[in-house]
Amino acid sequence: MTERRAITLTINGNDHRVTVEPRRTLVDVIRDDCGLTGTHIGCEHGVCGSCTVLLDNEPVRACLMFAVQADGRRLRTVEGLQQDGKLHPLQEAFMKHHALQCGFCTPGFLMLAVGALEKRPDLDDEELIDLLSANLCRCTGYENIIKAVRAAAAEMKAQA
Amino acid sequence: MKPAPFTYHAPTSVDEAVALLAQWGPQDGRVLAGGQSLIPTMAFRVARPAHLIDINGIAELAGMSVKDGVLSIGACVRHAAFESEALPGPTGALLRKVVRHIAHHPIRTRGTFCGSIAHADPASEWCCVMAALDGTVVLRSRRGVRRLRAAEFYQGIMATALEEDELLVAAELPLLAEGTRTGFAEFSRRKGDFAIAMALVCYRLADGAMVEPRVTIGGAESHARRGPQAEQALRGHSPGPDVFAKASEAAAAAIDPLEDINNTAAYRRSLVRALVERALESAQ
Repeated sequence: MTERRAITLTINGNDHRVTVEPRRTLVDVIRDDCGLTGTHIGCEHGVCGSCTVLLDNEPVRACLMFAVQADGRRLRTVEGLQQDGKLHPLQEAFMKHHALQCGFCTPGFLMLAVGALEKRPDLDDEELIDLLSANLCRCTGYENIIKAVRAAAAEMKAQA
Repeated sequence: MKPAPFTYHAPTSVDEAVALLAQWGPQDGRVLAGGQSLIPTMAFRVARPAHLIDINGIAELAGMSVKDGVLSIGACVRHAAFESEALPGPTGALLRKVVRHIAHHPIRTRGTFCGSIAHADPASEWCCVMAALDGTVVLRSRRGVRRLRAAEFYQGIMATALEEDELLVAAELPLLAEGTRTGFAEFSRRKGDFAIAMALVCYRLADGAMVEPRVTIGGAESHARRGPQAEQALRGHSPGPDVFAKASEAAAAAIDPLEDINNTAAYRRSLVRALVERALESAQ
């Protein structure tokens, strides 16, 4: 029962070769085996969205997948958002619009919104609120998060 | 909150998967598709399967196709696939209306249509669609292939006719006739929560009168089913507020509602009346 498997996770362009039990969730392996602790663990049953990462550019709950299922797949986490020391427009917008207080939910919100906006920077307000309802924030509330994502969407659209 | 140990199998063909199921199904083996319901129950250790047979690597289960007026949905087709504008006609329009009620975007990118069918949660939107469109499930095992209609497949709350060595390889939906109007309404306390009740309606117009009406209720009973009394109230009449009200009353009167700590039978009945009316009013 303690069978372990050798897998390769490509996270933010870097290959991580790790050997894991099949029962380990993707988020646990990203944090504990790959050392990337930017992705947070909240509820561990798919409700809060804190652990959202991009799997082949689609947002997924990393607590609702086993790491062995991501073998050979491309993952992106919050550590991969900044480029050459420059923050992603969404990270800038979160600072500017005060979209975080304690910051626990922030990596999940960032990856959720980046995954959606890269595909569709033209999301209207209703679609944006619908999207952001996927994740929970317990301190800032949602107004500033919505403002930040809306501002980043405009910025990303202008850059596209 | 960590799943118990299990042996992991990752077949790459249906033949290989059903051979594994024949071997391990009777020894507490389970199929892993999207995992959006199974993995949380494993995290809580409500489920502790000894073997998981992960079907995500089976290419032949990944697609959807339309043939002879039937939409065939492979076992690994994700919910998000139904957000596509590519699906044809009134059936495509209906599926696009329904899919946005299913959980949240990051769940829809992993969870599967067929997984939802096999899980048979009373609050499943896709189970409601299967009942409404009289869908068929295709079940494969080493013993052969079985095809069951939705009404034969569903047996109760999370209970189906699926045998432990069988893999639900596809769901088939007969396409709705051109010109069919469809409407869907559901109620949950928060966006993306499990539905407390839902209603799906379809009808066509012939000389101004409703023909082939279908009224399906989900979430309110142990499994989704059609409401023949409500359909009778619509059949042959022109669409309008009075006839919609009558059909909604008939649907609500005919159900045997589930009760739970938050929702009494009377509340669910009242929701069904409101939701059937909303679905009918919004149908286009």
